Amino acid sequence: MRQIIAIAVLSLLVQLVFPWWSLAVVSFAVCCWRSPGAGRAFLYGFVGVGIVWLLYALMIQLRTDGVFVGRMSELLFRTNGGVLPVLVTTLVSGLVGGLAGATGFFVRQASGNQIENRIS
Amino acid sequence: MRYIKASFFILLTILLVYALNRTWGVVPAFGPLLSPFVGFWQNAETTEAADEELILKGTRAPVTIVFDDLAIPHVFAENDRDAYFAQGYLTARDRLWQMEFQTHAAAGRVAEIVGDRALELDRYNRRLGMGFGAERSVKAMLTDPRSRESVEAYTAGVNAYISQLSPAQYPLEYKLLGYKPEPWQTIKCAYFLKYMSGVLALGADDLNMSNVLRRIGPAATADLFPDYPFREDPIIPVGTSWDFKPVAVPATPPNAFTSSEPLAMKWPDHDPAIGSNNWAVGPQKSATGYPILANDPHLSLSLPSIWYQMQLVTPTMNVYGATMPGAPGVIIGFNKQVAWGVTNVGADVLDFYQIRFRDASQREYWHDNRWKPVTRRIERIKVKGQADVIDTVLYTHHGPVMYMAGQKPFAKNVPVGYAARWIAHEESNDFLTYYLLDRAKNHADYREALRYYGAPAQNFVFADVARDIAISPNGRFPLKWKDQGKFLLDGTNPAHDWQGWIPAAHNPHVKNPPRGFVSSANQSSTDPTYPYYINWQFAPYERGVRINQRLARMKQATPDSLRQLQNDNMNVRAANALPVFLNYVQPQKLTGQQSNALAVLKAWRYNNDVSEIAPTIFTEWTRQCMEAVWNDNFPSNDSTTLRYPSFDRTLQLAEKDPGANWFDDVNTPARETINDVLTQSFRAAVDSLTRQHGPLGTSWQWGKHKATRISHLARLDALSALNVQIGGGGGIVNATTERTGPSWRMVVALGPKPRAYGVYPGGQSGNPGSPHYLNMLETWRTGQLNELLFLLSADEKHVRIRRRVTIK
Repeated sequence: MRQIIAIAVLSLLVQLVFPWWSLAVVSFAVCCWRSPGAGRAFLYGFVGVGIVWLLYALMIQLRTDGVFVGRMSELLFRTNGGVLPVLVTTLVSGLVGGLAGATGFFVRQASGNQIENRIS
Repeated sequence: MRYIKASFFILLTILLVYALNRTWGVVPAFGPLLSPFVGFWQNAETTEAADEELILKGTRAPVTIVFDDLAIPHVFAENDRDAYFAQGYLTARDRLWQMEFQTHAAAGRVAEIVGDRALELDRYNRRLGMGFGAERSVKAMLTDPRSRESVEAYTAGVNAYISQLSPAQYPLEYKLLGYKPEPWQTIKCAYFLKYMSGVLALGADDLNMSNVLRRIGPAATADLFPDYPFREDPIIPVGTSWDFKPVAVPATPPNAFTSSEPLAMKWPDHDPAIGSNNWAVGPQKSATGYPILANDPHLSLSLPSIWYQMQLVTPTMNVYGATMPGAPGVIIGFNKQVAWGVTNVGADVLDFYQIRFRDASQREYWHDNRWKPVTRRIERIKVKGQADVIDTVLYTHHGPVMYMAGQKPFAKNVPVGYAARWIAHEESNDFLTYYLLDRAKNHADYREALRYYGAPAQNFVFADVARDIAISPNGRFPLKWKDQGKFLLDGTNPAHDWQGWIPAAHNPHVKNPPRGFVSSANQSSTDPTYPYYINWQFAPYERGVRINQRLARMKQATPDSLRQLQNDNMNVRAANALPVFLNYVQPQKLTGQQSNALAVLKAWRYNNDVSEIAPTIFTEWTRQCMEAVWNDNFPSNDSTTLRYPSFDRTLQLAEKDPGANWFDDVNTPARETINDVLTQSFRAAVDSLTRQHGPLGTSWQWGKHKATRISHLARLDALSALNVQIGGGGGIVNATTERTGPSWRMVVALGPKPRAYGVYPGGQSGNPGSPHYLNMLETWRTGQLNELLFLLSADEKHVRIRRRVTIK
């Protein structure tokens, strides 16, 4: 849980300044620091990063009337609706965050300090 | 093992990020595009309500901008420079992608953005000499201190906006296509003008006409393609006397119209539906005793909107109207004293010359009995994801050699080239005309402003508070012998060159004609008494005559009477043709469905309203009829393209010479009559519509059949307005066709304080995520106009004012 919060807060902050893929660096770093296993690391990354994109996208969609998001859905996914853009946005970020998180775990494993922190 | 796993996952993550971070052909970069921090989400705008102060350090004094409820900026500046700076800044803020994309297109730089599928387009624009013309124009612009100041300040304003943009704030299209804006340059303003010349002044039938001449000979060509239509109502009223002593016109050289080889050069068709209406009624016809002026330029409807409304107020001017993103000043508009508008002239200002090269090296060409050197211009076309393409364009004194016949790399014969002589290659300072019109106070100022105008030639309509009205087909017209350039010209013969210009003061013009109104709808500029040759063909007369008939009857006109005329759906072509055509249809040869369709046509009152079925049938029938009459005589194929005579000439034949051999299909042994052609084409039209829409019924309605479409510039349907239900059509005053139509409608009533109205199909913002992207569409579709808020000072109170922005 701590990792998810850390990834969410940190990835939000770095994305205010750095390109979108900085979220991968954050997820990687956090999971490299602390993660109990590859699956959990993927989950931390996926949820931590994805929740930020999900909430930000939802906030924008609710603040505007949704016509534009419908147009974008039409443009990108050939169907007009507000759900798909939000869903895909969340999934794409989650996938990158999750993969970066799992990578963090494996690097941590490779550098040989995985046992001590297993319980955390 | 651990290391391999770790390395594998590192690589996988990097690959995923890389794949999401770049475009793949037409597939956008999903990573940055979907990011709510920088992607398309950031383009979702809400209506801005708060006042704002912008520190740009580009103006000499603070500039106040008042935004009204339609997000139209009203700029109040203490000097002209600051006003143009603000115009550049505000236009970029709302339309940056559009203005850059259009100038990229003119400069032949689209492949840079979208890859090699735009390579041919880029090559075409470069061979056309767009860059050559823009370089000459910008030189002229920067020579005059007035246009120099406006173009430079405008450029600085655009750049002030671009320089403070973060990627998150880029217009949506940059995110979709994966590139970023570059700094604006003064030459881009010139490229914009060339872009408009490309839209409005590239009509050329020279090649098709030469092929026609070869096929049917000079007598039949002159008969079928006359220099003045059967039915016409010219812009300068018949009987207007010319108030100048004509200069001598060059003599027609012998053998001027004999053509040699059949020509295969492909010239893109230029849409005949691109035209416009404008008119002004004089004091005797207006309810207030002051003139009222109307204008609606018809262009390929596109989004972001073609026009951008703005008011510019400085100590030297207070002007409101439609500006074009990429050009400083107001193009169509009004100030306290005057109003003006434009329609396209359609002068023949593009000619092709056959060039005879000395040998295959193409270093010299024959002209005036000697060999002259060819100059070469290297065009380097950047292509996204590929190596640059180098294209060498050959220039003669006529202009660039656009095409080469028999262009085979190992051809033994010396190739023949076709050089384009085009008005847009001339040095001219067209912005100065608008600069002066923006500040014009009376008819004399208007005449002075028009002197500087080059291309694309426009019918400038004018009205002022001193109760004068005027119109002038105006631009730089080459002084030609009659029909020079109707056919392909001989590039070796100096008698075929353009030999000077019609003096600007001799351009057709009329002031306060006795009929009490002036108008234009792209029809013939004058009747045949005008001593100079402008072109042999113009747009059909139907819109013009309808406007003139209604204006002739109009009394006590108000802005609303002119608005109604702009929305007139009368189909004059049908009113002329149906009484003739219907006589020749043989009812006994029709099926039940075809007879029902005939009954619909017979009951029709010639109105192209949205729910009528008859316009659908009539339009398809006339199309099929033209094919049936002319395709056998003028068949085009890959090696030779021809054109058909006009509808006007065809109808004249049907009325005056129905026994003409032209109605016979030469490909059949039988001898067909006009009855056969019209009956057969009617049957074919109904059958074709049945296949398209099912049995005769509401699915045949004109609005549904026409399905007007306002397409996004990048041809993205999701960002376009599709299937807009509106009446009108080609040749109708309400000239809304499938793709083209009134891109701006304006009505200005002059008086102690001008009252003006206007609308365009779109909105002020070019951002598809803005509430102002399409908010005027419904007003436009229903034929309504918004009142244009003409403010006299920045402090003026008005319920429609929403917010104020200060630039410091």
